[in-house]
Amino acid sequence: MKRRSFLKGTLAGSTVAVAVGAGLLNPRSVLAAWPESAFEAKSVQDAMSSLFGTADNKTSGAIKIKAPDIAENGAVVPVTVTTKMKGVSAIAIIAEKNGTPLAANFELASNAKGTVSTRIKMGKTMDVVAVVKSGGSLHTARKNVKVTIGGCGG
Amino acid sequence: MATSIRIRAKAKGNEVTVKALITHPMETGVRKNKKTGEKIPAHFIQEVKCEHGGKTVVNAQWGPAVSKNPYLSFAFSGAKAGDTVKLSWVDNKGKSDSAEAKVK
Repeated sequence: MKRRSFLKGTLAGSTVAVAVGAGLLNPRSVLAAWPESAFEAKSVQDAMSSLFGTADNKTSGAIKIKAPDIAENGAVVPVTVTTKMKGVSAIAIIAEKNGTPLAANFELASNAKGTVSTRIKMGKTMDVVAVVKSGGSLHTARKNVKVTIGGCGG
Repeated sequence: MATSIRIRAKAKGNEVTVKALITHPMETGVRKNKKTGEKIPAHFIQEVKCEHGGKTVVNAQWGPAVSKNPYLSFAFSGAKAGDTVKLSWVDNKGKSDSAEAKVK
């Protein structure tokens, strides 16, 4: 049930999100560090440029995304991003076709390893995009995840 | 309510892997209450911070697309068994919580 309404919400999200965002401004303004515009961006490009200041990126083979090929439950999709790159300062996880694609951004200190995992929600079948900021430039990788609506094929 | 976070940190050589589970509804703000048709207000964690020895190791910003009862895991070097790692979060309603764990 929850999943269905979430899906509906994602579709209606683009029109509704602005209104919702407005209602949330008060508590958010306390946390200046939270990149609100990046989380409200409607496209991968916008989210990246809002978060990192640029959307220029290179596809990199040095990034691995571990996520299921088929996710039965779009509300809980485990995603692990691993990279062997050096000087990684941030890893962002973006769900390409969600109403607001940016799911999470992890800022990593110099002693942190280039590995983060979490679980995200996905409205439908789409690519998960991992963005790794390393040495001041952006590197990306994608992985397609099929989301089975209804949970039993289809 | 320090019970919202379950955190474990394990050392292997020079590396420490931290795994944490946070209890939180992570409402997106676009879901509707089926009976009343009213929107359920957004309520989600915006920032998660992990500190070790007074330094921030990982500072994460989350949107509502992170799943309910979020899980996160990461690793860092420069810590040893017996050290303390601290994890804290703040949500969009200004609520927060933190928990500490000893590296094993």
